[in-house]
Amino acid sequence: MHVVIPYVVGALLFGLGVYGVLRRRNAILVLMAVELMLNAVNLILVTADVSLRSALTGVAIESWARPGSAAPGTGGVLALFVIVLAAAEVGVGLAIILQYYRMRKAVVLDDVRLDHEDEERVAG
Amino acid sequence: MTVADVLLLALGAVAVGSGALVVTSSHLVRSGLYLVVSLGAIAGLYLVLGAELVAWVQILVYVGAVVVLLLFAVMLTRAPIGPSPDLDRPGLPAALIGGGVGFGLAVLFADAFHWVRYPYPEPGTAERVGEQIFGAWVLPFEVVSILLLSALVGAIVLSRPDIGARLAPEPTPPAPTPAEPPPAGPEQPGSERPGPDTDDAKAAGLAADETEADQATDATKGAQA
Repeated sequence: MHVVIPYVVGALLFGLGVYGVLRRRNAILVLMAVELMLNAVNLILVTADVSLRSALTGVAIESWARPGSAAPGTGGVLALFVIVLAAAEVGVGLAIILQYYRMRKAVVLDDVRLDHEDEERVAG
Repeated sequence: MTVADVLLLALGAVAVGSGALVVTSSHLVRSGLYLVVSLGAIAGLYLVLGAELVAWVQILVYVGAVVVLLLFAVMLTRAPIGPSPDLDRPGLPAALIGGGVGFGLAVLFADAFHWVRYPYPEPGTAERVGEQIFGAWVLPFEVVSILLLSALVGAIVLSRPDIGARLAPEPTPPAPTPAEPPPAGPEQPGSERPGPDTDDAKAAGLAADETEADQATDATKGAQA
C-alpha cells in the first residue's frame, strides 16, 4: 500500500480543522473543527506506525528507533491516548460553553468579553 | 494500485470531503452529521491500515459519544433549525492560513514519502495493543485515567452554579438550597428570554420550566446577597 495517501489525507484534514477554527464564530463549531484536527493527528500516528515500522525492520533493537521494550503498535497506543484526551477536552469544553450560554445567552466567540468578570457571582 | 490503495483513496476522499462540509455548512446540525461521516471514514482508514482496535474505539468514542455530546450541546444552546446566517467570519485569512497549513503539510508528506509501496502491516489485534498498553505504556495509561477523572469532576463543577460561586464580600452562611435544587447537568434553562436567534415555537415549550428556574435563581441570588 502507498502510505502517502493517508499522510496527505491527514494533512488536508488538519488544514480543514485550522480553517474551521479560524473561520467559525459559533463555539460548538469551533469544537468540531478541533475534533477534525485531533483526528488528523491520529491518522498520521497510525500511518506512521505502519510506514516507520516497516522501514525499520533491519534496525537493531538497541537503536534509537526502539527504545526499551517498545514494540510495534506504538502508534495505535498513542492514537488511543489522543482519543481519550479528545473525549476529556470535549466534555470540559462543552461544560464551559453551556455555562457561558446560561450566563450570557450566546455562543458566539466574538462577543465573549473577558474584562467584566464580577458579574459572574450574580449570574451564577 | 491495489485494493488497499483504492480503499484508502476512496475513504480519504470521503473523509476530506465531509470534513470540508463540516467547516463550511451553514446548518449547525448538518455540520455535526457531516462530522459523523468524516469520523466514520477515518475509522475505515484505520481498518485498512491494520489498526483494528483503534478503529472500533474511534467508532465507539467519537461517533458514539463525542458527536452525540456535540449535537446535545447544539440542542441545549437552542440553535435554530434552518441555516444560520451569522455563523462565519470573513473567510480570506482563515482560508489563507488553513490552506497554507494543509497544503504545506501535504506537500511535505508527499515529498517525504514518495509514491513508494510499503508492505502490508500485520493486523494489530487487541491482544497486542493490550500488551503494549499494560507493558511499556502503563504509566501514561494511569496518568490518562487520572486526567479523565479530573475532567469529569471539572465538568460537573463547571456546570453547577452553586459550587465555587464567588459569594458577596461579607461572610454569609451557606446558601439554603432552594425548593428545586438545580440539576447537576447543564440543561437548566436560563432566567431570561432566549437569544434573538431562537424561534418562538421552541421557546414556548420551555416557558414553563423557565419560570421555575427563574424562581430558583432568584432564591439563590437572594440567599447570596
